[in-house]
Formats: sequence, C-alpha cells, structure tokens
Amino acid sequence: MALLEVTNLGISFGGLRAVNEFDLTIEEGELYGLIGPNGAGKTTVFNMLTGIYKPTDGKIRLAGNDITGKHTADINKAGVARTFQNIRLFGDQSVLDNVKIGLHNSYEYSTFAGVFRLPKFFATEKEMDKKALEILSVFGLDKEANVLASNLPYGKQRQLEIARALATNPKLLLLDEPAAGMNPNETRDLMNTIALIRKEFGVTILLIEHDMKLVSGICEKLTVLNFGQVLAQGKTSEVLNNPRVIKAYLGE
Amino acid sequence: MGFLTYLINGLSLGSVYAIIALGYTMVYGIAKMLNFAHGDVIMVGAYLVFMCMSNTGAPAVVSIVISIVCCTALGMLIEKIAYKPLRRATNLAVLITAIGVSYFLQNMALLIFGSNPVSFTSVITWQGISLAGGQLKITGTAIITIITCLIIMVGLMWFVKNTKPGQAMRAVSEDKDAAVLMGINVNATISLTFAIGSGLAAIAGALLCSSYPSLTPYTGSMPGIKAFTAAVFGGIGSIPGALIGGLLLGIIEILAKAYISSQLADAIVFAVLIIVLLVKPTGILGKQIKEKV
Amino acid sequence: MKNLNKTTQKLITTIAVIAVLYAIMQTMQSTGNLSSLMSGLLVPVCAYSLVAVGLNLCVGYLGELSLGHAGFMCVGAFTSAFFSKAFQESIPDVPRFILALVIGTCAAALFGFLIAIPVLRLSGDYLAIVTLAFGEIIKNVINVLYIGKDSSGLHFSMKDMMSLGMEPGGKILVNGPQGITGTPRQSTFTIAVILLILALVVAHNFVNSRTGRAVKAIRDNQIAAETVGLPITKYKLIAFTISAAIAGVGGVIYAHNINSLTATTNNFGYNMSIMILVYVVLGGIGNFSGSVIAAVVLTMLPEMLRGLSNYRMLIYSIVLIVLMLFNWAPGILKFREEHGITSKGILDRFKKHKEVQ
Repeated sequence: MALLEVTNLGISFGGLRAVNEFDLTIEEGELYGLIGPNGAGKTTVFNMLTGIYKPTDGKIRLAGNDITGKHTADINKAGVARTFQNIRLFGDQSVLDNVKIGLHNSYEYSTFAGVFRLPKFFATEKEMDKKALEILSVFGLDKEANVLASNLPYGKQRQLEIARALATNPKLLLLDEPAAGMNPNETRDLMNTIALIRKEFGVTILLIEHDMKLVSGICEKLTVLNFGQVLAQGKTSEVLNNPRVIKAYLGE
Repeated sequence: MGFLTYLINGLSLGSVYAIIALGYTMVYGIAKMLNFAHGDVIMVGAYLVFMCMSNTGAPAVVSIVISIVCCTALGMLIEKIAYKPLRRATNLAVLITAIGVSYFLQNMALLIFGSNPVSFTSVITWQGISLAGGQLKITGTAIITIITCLIIMVGLMWFVKNTKPGQAMRAVSEDKDAAVLMGINVNATISLTFAIGSGLAAIAGALLCSSYPSLTPYTGSMPGIKAFTAAVFGGIGSIPGALIGGLLLGIIEILAKAYISSQLADAIVFAVLIIVLLVKPTGILGKQIKEKV
Repeated sequence: MKNLNKTTQKLITTIAVIAVLYAIMQTMQSTGNLSSLMSGLLVPVCAYSLVAVGLNLCVGYLGELSLGHAGFMCVGAFTSAFFSKAFQESIPDVPRFILALVIGTCAAALFGFLIAIPVLRLSGDYLAIVTLAFGEIIKNVINVLYIGKDSSGLHFSMKDMMSLGMEPGGKILVNGPQGITGTPRQSTFTIAVILLILALVVAHNFVNSRTGRAVKAIRDNQIAAETVGLPITKYKLIAFTISAAIAGVGGVIYAHNINSLTATTNNFGYNMSIMILVYVVLGGIGNFSGSVIAAVVLTMLPEMLRGLSNYRMLIYSIVLIVLMLFNWAPGILKFREEHGITSKGILDRFKKHKEVQ
C-alpha cells in the first residue's frame, strides 16, 4: 500500500480553480519532488495535504486512512509534518524549545504537574531535553540550543524548521522550497542533510523546489504542476526530458 | 405612538454615536490604532461650545464653528505629539499612549471646569413638530441631529470616493507602504484623518449635550466607548458601517431602556454586540482578511 | 536550560524583593511611621498586582488583548464576598475565608472559561472589544442583582429589594447598586502578599511548562503550531482560564478589604481594566515581576503626589505618555541607543566607573 495516495484533488477560491484533478502516489521511503512554475499551485497542494485549506474535491489517504479535510493538528498526529516557504518558527523561544514543541505530543504530563512542579515534570522535561538535543545534533544545531530561534542565521532557521517537523515523528515530511535563498554551498549541505535524515529517521519526503540541481540530484520521482494541473509525472530523468515540461519551463 | 417616539429618540442618539464612530473608524482604518482619547475630544468640544455661548453670548452656530476649529487643531496636535512618534511601534504601545492622552484631557478639564456638572444650553432652539394631533412629538434636537448625521455621512462618503485627499486616505488604509511608493504623503493623510475625526467630535459633543445637557469632564468617556463599539459592530474601517452600527446601537439602547430595564440597557447593548461579532466576526460590513500561508 | 535558570533566578529575586518590602512596610506600620493613606493602599496594591499578573499571562503569553479583566476581578470579588457574608455566622473565620478564596477563584475561572469559548474565535481588536463588552455586562448585571436570605432560604431578584419578598427578619446580602456591605475584612497585608507570591510562582511555572510552551508557540505562530499537532483551542482556553482565575484571586483580596463592595465604572468597569493594562504594558509585556513593580509604583505615585492636589492626575497622565514614548518610540529608542541611554548602557557605564575607582 502506498504511503500517500491523492486522487482527483481540487480546490477553488471563489471562481478561481487553483488546483484541479491532482493525483499523486508516494510509496514509503521515497523522495519525491513537486515542481512547477511560480503560481502553479504547489504550495496550495501542501496546504491541502496538511489541512490548512479544505479541498473542494478529491481524497487524500495516508497509509490507507482518509485524512481529507481533517484538522491540521490531527493530520500531524496522523503522521504528516511540514516546513514553510516563508519560515515559520516560534521566534521568541529558544532553538531547544522549538524542537520540544515538536515533541509535545510524544511526551506528556498534566498542566497541574507543570504548575506545581511535581516529580513527573522534572523527569519528563529531562527526557524531552535529551531527545530534542539528539535531533538538533543531527543538524549540528545542538550548540545553539539556547539561542533565540529568530536570532539564528537564515540557513540554520530552515534547518531548525526541518528539525522541529521531524520531532513530531512524521511518516511523511513535506518540505516547501527548502533551498530557497541559499547559496550553492548551503544547498549542497542541505542535500546532504536531507539524505541523512532519510537514513536516520526513515521518513518519506515530498519536497517543492525550484533549484533544478537539487531536484535532479536527490529526487527519485517528480510531479510537474502547471496552472493547477499535472503536466507530467514519473521518474526524475524521464520527466525532466519530457518536451511538455521543457516547454512549460522555457516557454515557446 | 410610544414606540415611534422611542424609535426616533433611538435614531437621534444613534446619529450621535454614528458621528463619533466615524472618528474611530477612520482613524482605525488608516492608522490601525484605537484612539481611546477620541471620546474626550467630544467632551472638550462640548465645553468649548458651552464657554462660547455662556461667556461671550455668541450664537450657537458661531460657537460650534469655533469649537470645530479648536478640536480639529487639538486632534492634529495630539496625533503629532503622542501618536506619530509611535507609528512603527507595537499597537499596544499606541493604545496605552492614547489612554494617557485620554486621562490628560479629562484631568485638564477637571482642573479648568471642576467636577460639578454644568448645564449645557441646547444649541438647537427649534421646538420641533408634533404629529397625529399632538400624540407624536418630535423634538427639534432629534430632527437636527439625524439630519446632521446623514449630511455628514453622505459628505464624507463623497469626499473619500471623489477627492484626491479622500483617495489618498483609502490608499493609505489599504497599504501604507505601497501608498508611500505611489507618492502619497502618508503623514499628511493621517493628520487629515485625525483633523476630520476631531472636527466631527466637536459636532457630536454639541449634539450629544443638546440632548443630554449635563456636562462633566467624563461626559465623553462612555459615549466614546459605545461609539467605538458601534464602529466595531458595523465593521471597523467602514464609513457606512459606522452609520449602521451607530444607529442600531442607539435604537437598541433606547428600546432596551424603555421596555426592559434602564439599568440593564448597557448590558443588552453589549450583549447584542457580542452576538453580532460571534455570528459575523468582522462586523456587519467588515471585510474578512485571511493570512496567506 | 540556562534560559530556564535565568527566569527562575529572576523570579527568586522578585520574591526576595517583595519579602523585603513586606518586612519594611510591616515595621513601618507597627511603629506608626506609615501614613494611614499608605497603609490603606497596601492590600489594594496587592490585589491590583494579582490582576496585572493574570492579565499579563493573557497579553504576554496568549498574545491576546483583553479589556475585561476587571470583570473577572469583579466576579471573584462578589462571589467570595457573597459567600463570606452568607455564612458569616455559620462557619468559623479561617475555613470560611479559605473557602471564599477557592469559590472566588473558581467562579472567576469558570467565567473566564465560558467567555473564552466564544471569544477566542475572534482575534486582535475584536477580541479586545468583546472582552470589554463582557466586563461591562458583568458589572451591569451585578448592579441590578438583589439577593436576600431568611429562614426559608435565599431570595433573588433583578428588580429591587421589595420584590425579594423576604420575611421581616431576613438579611439583605446583595443590595443592587449598593452591592455588598459588611464583608468581614479578612484580607490582611500578609495574606495578600502570600497570595501574590503564590500567583507569581504559578504564572512562572505555567509559562515554563509543556502547556506554557504550547501557549507561547500558538502566540508566536498559530499556523506552525497547528502543523506540529497542537490543539489550538484547548491551550488558548487553558491559558485564558488561568489568567481569569488569577484576576479572581485579586478580586477576593480586594473584596475582603473594604466595607462596602460596589461595582462602579472605576473599580470594576473598563476604567479598571485599562488601568491594569497600563501596569502590564509599562511593566513589560510578558514580564510578571514588571507588572507587580508597575502596579506598586503607579498606585503609590498619585498618592505621593497628593500634595499637588488637583495636579496629580494630570502629572500622572503626562508621566504615562512620556514613559510610553521613551520606551517605545522608534526614533527615541534609536537616539537612546546612540547615546547609551539604555538600561544596559547605564549599567555598563556604572560598572566602568566602579572599575576606575
């Protein structure tokens, strides 16, 4: 059974059809790319997959379970985590706390235990710290654990956002333009990081990207979106050589 | 007949709220701030009219014009001293400063006029009309108040739609940064908005005290809060919204006083506000703004 | 972790300062060195501080502006005073006060919870105006509430005292606009200070716990908080309820310190809500200790200026405006930065001066 199965997905804003008849199947463990020109509807697809927008038509199945139109928080609990094109960190909190918020649903103690500092509080907080530092060290961010998230340099903020998403223990990780605004060196590091987290966390990844080097370098399969419609779908090398895709990207 | 009388009284009070609400709504639309001191400008306006009439014996119209001029200047001055330096600061900082200005105006009035209420002489001497063989009396004050309110509304809507400064106001309220790039003088536009709002507050002060003649340094406070509520009610930032919100609020208040309980009238007004906002979270004519993900 | 220690250190310092101030005030009072006006303010200051701490939780950590916290204070005050008055003869002093405290706090929490359910669907200025409306409604309703007690039990009315239909020997508990008179005056300065410290600890522990982190995450970025699986409404409700409960404690303290408890615009209306908000903003949004300091200074300030009679409130308002401009105006902040007139800059200069010596 495929991990993610999207059939006939569509959404309209007023009269505007932003995404139409979108199909996508991702097998477990795959690294899948979603590409397309600006305004093609890629982020809209992400927003529907994570429940931020409710799709007008279609079905989204995660490991066989229907998650269409569910609440964002419930979809995350079902196993989908994401990052954002315009980074959305908890800026006023430390790097460590950002990851600990990602761990929120995996560790539990009551508000009462927290307010009155019962033993459960200290024990759980200690475990959370340990786990959070473990995740941060994968990204080399453990030394900056106590820095305010908004004070991190741009590239590290993107990494922290991925770390936070991974902390929720997802089956499927959605990365929205992870390389945006990075220089070639940073992009190369990012490619290594993505390969590493795939290995370490065993997570399936769907990413939106404009950097063709990154896409052709790491994605196994691609879907090309244009004007809200699927233009091409399949193995990376085949899709990138598809004349219709080349036309959409380079024009007539 | 009783109901009609209440309805007209409600419309009259609502007209005053609507004029005050305009000041809130325009300032909010353009400067994105709650000008808590607006209610106190009404009080200043009313005292100015009172002083002109009782001390110099000036006719009502002249007194009101003087009051409008002074309040306009006061509004611009407040904006320049207290709000302009905080233009890029957090909303809360501006809110507290506005509260400070409100305290300042109240206590200044307290020092000058004392805390005893003065009896305001109505600026409208016309006795009004009586219909249905004397069963339905409509006071001149009510008629003039309603008409004044309608004239102001129509005038202001025309001004915002058709004149250059009016278009600048709309542009600034839509997007301040883009407006700057289009060569609009944002500071002058905000200043103009405060000027108009404060000038209207002077008129509202005179009309309010003509209906409710007891004037104290705190007179503006409660009508100010209610007018602000009216502005939110109608959809803050919208001029017709201020009219609808103001009139509805006035009518609800008077009817609640007449038929339910005079002590609970305010509670009923606020309860209706809450219900409206829960059904339509941006007010009756408000626009929904969604965050882009 | 270092971060946590820093905030904990700050909390301990604040508690120590409060304890020292408490000792000084107690000594001055017992030796007769404190004016009656000042000593009359000791308990109210603690009550205002409590409400300010509660409101700061809402404004600083939930990130929502409430203009109705005087309403929760009012609920705490009236429910607890009502209880104390109703059972004045039947329950001994100490357990009665403890029960009154619990009842006042829980009633405020319950109101906070019930109000939060619809209100938290709104945001920003709309939320502010609706909380203001709720505060006004609470105040208004209390003003038309008449409750009496006689041998046949409790009697309620929303019209007047006559319609209670009481037996001749009955006792009026709540008398409309005259409110509740003769509440036992049990909130001493000591109790008020203990409760204030307790509230500070609770608030501090809350924001530095798992739940508090979730609340802060929602404040910082609601959409991101949802995508990491946080149930938004639940945490907003928890934070708002605790915030209202702390304000309720302030109300209990306030009510058990005065003879005649009434609900007017100045003590429980929006004027009070705004005054508390001023403490919160001046003391620093999200800074509980700051709220207490601001509440103490700003309550004492007008009293110290009493010699200036009518000018004092005028000076107060000018101080408020100037402080806001000094602390928040971007232009002035830049000027201060350039000339080293920041708290850090002044501290550094002071240190250098010391080293030179």
